[in-house]
Amino acid sequence: MTVHKGRGFACINYPIGMNLGGDPSQALVHSTPDGKFMVSLSSIDLGQGMKSVTRQIAAETLGVPVADVYVDTADSDTGPHCMGSFASRGTHRVGNAVIRAATEARKALLEAAAEELEVNAADLETDGQGNIHVKGAPTRTITVADTAIAAQFKQGRTLSGRGIFLIPPSDVDPDTGEMTPVSCFAHAALVVDLEVDDETGEVTVNEINSAYEVGRALNPRLVEQQLIGGAWMGVSHALYETTEPYYPDRNHGPEDFNAYLMPGPGEVVDHNIAVLERPAEDAPFGGKGPGEMCANPVLPAIANAVYNAVGVRCDTLPITPERVLRGLLANGGARPQGVR
Amino acid sequence: MMAKTPVQFSLNGSSAAVFVDDAQNLLDVLRRGVGDLTPKYGCGQGTCGSCTVLIDGEPHLSCLTLAETVEGRSVETTNGLAAGPNLHALQEAFMENFAAQCGYCTPGMLMAAKALLDRTPRPSREEVIEAISGNICRCTGYDPIIDAIMAASGQATRRTG
Amino acid sequence: MSSVEFRKDLFREERDDNLQEIGKPTRRQDILGHVTGRSPYYDDHLFDGLLHMRCVRSPHHHARIRSIDTGAAERMPGVIRVILARDVPNNLNTLLSLINFGKDEEKLIQDTKVAYVGEPVAAIIAETDRQARDACAAVKVDYEVLPHVLDPEEALSPQAPVVNEVYPNNTFDYHDLYDHQKLRFGDVDKGFAEADHIVEGEYQMSPIEQAPIETCGAIAAPETNDRYVCYTSTQALFFSLGTTAKLLDMPSSRLHFIGGTVGGGFGGKVDSIVEPLSVLGAVLAGRPVKFMWDRTEEMQVGAPRGAERWRIKDGVARDGRILARAFTGFFDAGAYTRLSSYAIIKCSAHLPGPYTIPNVAANVFCVFTNRTPATAMRGFGITGVDFAIECHMDKVAEAVGLNPIELRILNAYRDGDMKPHRRLAKNTALIECCQVAAQKSGWSIGAEAARQSSLLGGGGPRAEIPETVTDMAGQIGERRRSVIPTAPGEGASARGNVPAGTQGIPIVAAAPQDEDMIMDPSRTGYRGPSSTPTRIPEAAIATDTRPQAAAPASPPPPAARPGPVAPSGSSQVLQPALQPALSPPAPQASPEPPATAPQPPAPDAASQPYKPEKPFSRGVNRPGVSRFLSGSRRR
Repeated sequence: MTVHKGRGFACINYPIGMNLGGDPSQALVHSTPDGKFMVSLSSIDLGQGMKSVTRQIAAETLGVPVADVYVDTADSDTGPHCMGSFASRGTHRVGNAVIRAATEARKALLEAAAEELEVNAADLETDGQGNIHVKGAPTRTITVADTAIAAQFKQGRTLSGRGIFLIPPSDVDPDTGEMTPVSCFAHAALVVDLEVDDETGEVTVNEINSAYEVGRALNPRLVEQQLIGGAWMGVSHALYETTEPYYPDRNHGPEDFNAYLMPGPGEVVDHNIAVLERPAEDAPFGGKGPGEMCANPVLPAIANAVYNAVGVRCDTLPITPERVLRGLLANGGARPQGVR
Repeated sequence: MMAKTPVQFSLNGSSAAVFVDDAQNLLDVLRRGVGDLTPKYGCGQGTCGSCTVLIDGEPHLSCLTLAETVEGRSVETTNGLAAGPNLHALQEAFMENFAAQCGYCTPGMLMAAKALLDRTPRPSREEVIEAISGNICRCTGYDPIIDAIMAASGQATRRTG
Repeated sequence: MSSVEFRKDLFREERDDNLQEIGKPTRRQDILGHVTGRSPYYDDHLFDGLLHMRCVRSPHHHARIRSIDTGAAERMPGVIRVILARDVPNNLNTLLSLINFGKDEEKLIQDTKVAYVGEPVAAIIAETDRQARDACAAVKVDYEVLPHVLDPEEALSPQAPVVNEVYPNNTFDYHDLYDHQKLRFGDVDKGFAEADHIVEGEYQMSPIEQAPIETCGAIAAPETNDRYVCYTSTQALFFSLGTTAKLLDMPSSRLHFIGGTVGGGFGGKVDSIVEPLSVLGAVLAGRPVKFMWDRTEEMQVGAPRGAERWRIKDGVARDGRILARAFTGFFDAGAYTRLSSYAIIKCSAHLPGPYTIPNVAANVFCVFTNRTPATAMRGFGITGVDFAIECHMDKVAEAVGLNPIELRILNAYRDGDMKPHRRLAKNTALIECCQVAAQKSGWSIGAEAARQSSLLGGGGPRAEIPETVTDMAGQIGERRRSVIPTAPGEGASARGNVPAGTQGIPIVAAAPQDEDMIMDPSRTGYRGPSSTPTRIPEAAIATDTRPQAAAPASPPPPAARPGPVAPSGSSQVLQPALQPALSPPAPQASPEPPATAPQPPAPDAASQPYKPEKPFSRGVNRPGVSRFLSGSRRR
């Protein structure tokens, strides 16, 4: 028995947003009487952090502290239409809709403040701490709360905004495939180091070193959550997961977590991540969706590393011990491809 | 009508009494019977851990536990973790370490971790891994959860970037 | 353990990093709910008198339903109602009909034929879950078992049984013309003829389960004002609402859907099966009904990420430039379309991966087989083909004897390059990711590769659209009459040519409907594409100790780039790590010699900041429009 070390590489890009467009999302923003802002969406938080990232986007756009913004989702009676949480579209589409809605609400906020301060709204700025003041004259100031109270009870003005973001649908040319699929792409490259046991066929991933380009990390901890969890799922897809282990044969399909295998907490791979941020022009503050693409490069990188370790091309997923052993058998044993 | 059996037990330190059906599991009784919605249904087969509760301080899978067997015993759920407005150290650590995404496995994870820390206040990383090895998380890749439990035990974990 | 670093040094000129809330590690809004167990998932809403629904499911891959006898089941204890196909008011749908894509083809409950193991033929509502299960077991269905097909390529044969009568060729109909989606860019046959190496491979991804810890489900209940409320785990609230309204032939205003807090989805909660069934149950029973998949249903009946089979053929020059790449892809949709047809269009636009290859062709088939329908999963339409492409790149690197990372950088797409779907690449960063990953892992790459930048060397001749060879092979129904090849161009009876440079109109985002919605550009944090390359300061470089100093300030001169491809008999010897002439590839199909000077990417409307299409007439009195409605507000 020998354990062979292997190293593999893969890189990818990933289209952000529903392909071919035609997938609108709306947002509504309104102020409470004392200047807190409610964002109403029908978008779904599956755990990716939709509520949190739209909250930060709204706060940044409004120019108020994040603590003064609350995102409510999803109730079809109150949240305006959203296509849904899929295709990495949430941050991009919903984020843009929230920017538009919050921008309109900010405009109303500054106009209400301008009336109270008796200045032109164009001369006002927010400090992000809950205050509005005259540019260059920080003492001429009013709080967002006082502005909202004045707007509501004195001026009769609503501090609210509507937003929709839509990329109109694109056709596809049947003969060439010409189309406008999406407007921006996330990127990733990673190196996997692993070991292959040539007696058991087992693959143990030891380390991943990666670079993920996400446009802008709107919340770095949320990005980190996606990248760590997504790469874990990539390892799981590469080595363990399928509902049909002998596809296209339908037999032996797992029906529970005893048979549907995934790496447990004891099989966590050391993962060193570098996050790159090249903002996309039509994305909210440049941020692309990192949630889907993070798993993709792991699968081929593992397959390439297995080849490097033992000379077996695993072109069928998942890379089970059985497949590795059958490959070794066909090759007459391990054929390490050299240290990288 | 099916026969109903009265069961009395301590739930997070308070007395609870409920009639249960034959073969009714504890998860169902906690959620529908006494209205404690913190343990979650993930598989009903004892394989995912999201229904984990503590019975007399030991972690149990409530979906595989006959409700009648908790008669006279002490059951703890995530609902009882916080003392009034004060969160448990584990809850604080899970928040601080971004140890939840969808949050569905979190109550089970917290109870498995509490059983560990009650027994072993300063566990090794391996002991933490062992303690949550019956709990599946599909989102996080486990690393942040392990970090959070280590942090809750007062042991510094990595933080870079 | 993991570590994360943010390389703020890269692309720094393109960002404003001094925003108030964006970029901050703010705690999740929902985290307190998660750690206290109080986040309200759909099943965390209690209803008095809640009923439970379970389905009677097909045990066969393919069978005709002769009869369904529910008599015994109806008399079982606790059974409230047995639901059959006839109870569904409008029992035919396809998920993407909401965006006018595809034909209605799937019944919520089957009555004539089942096409996969697990297809529902009846639903039973009972007082308890256990009673509903027992009653399901008592339903007697008389099946006439039919021949089935499980392999997608076997399903294409003229002899294969018809899986889905709406698509009698066992393939989704693309654009009412072809039985597959075509992608054609340049002439792959010419590229293969010019290549020094032909590298071929076949790749297979088996179906994968999304496996959220919360299973798919919904609770529906009669609400006041003759409406129905539905608490759901859906990933797409209005998708599920619209699908329910359609299947139940009910005005959408009578439906009140609540969700938004979901225990993981990963793509498996888009299909909108549990919502119409639970609402139908609430309508028929007049009481709250829960339909929650158990783990077995989630694993084997809930739609997975579908299997994909890919064949890739590359023509490669000896220096590693890929001259032509052809794909043949089979998406196994299972018995019904769900989202597979759409995944293929997304996938086709993604080809040939993040590389600039002058000749690309693809035929991608959405094939119906007698298995669980496939649907979305994280990486929709891309994960499977990325596995194929990146495994294939490893084989190409081996064939030409190049470091795999250098091969990627050599072929990487750059700002201003034309992609095969005929839109320009922008905002690219593949090269930088490759360089950083190499650096982090300590995997040496050559100086030339370390010096490359996504910002440089693209555009110019690489922005041109080549003359493109087309064909009409695989018209709908053709394959069922006789066996014809599946690979691009093969078996084509009629060919065509699309002249070089032919391009339609790119689609850009709809402008904000009101100027008040346009954010001040100075507050967006976006500073536009930089003209100087971003630098990888500590790049691990095998042969050059001064990488930054050596980074070129301008694109490689086009003269260094070969125009027409080097003849295959070229005697040039490759020296991988030291090869200095690893200039980016030129589009080989272009009959014209490359332009004499590098050109910036063609101006692209989508690359500009948002601007309204026409000046706003705020406050101006337009005919028929009240000044008081159109925003002439008090100032």
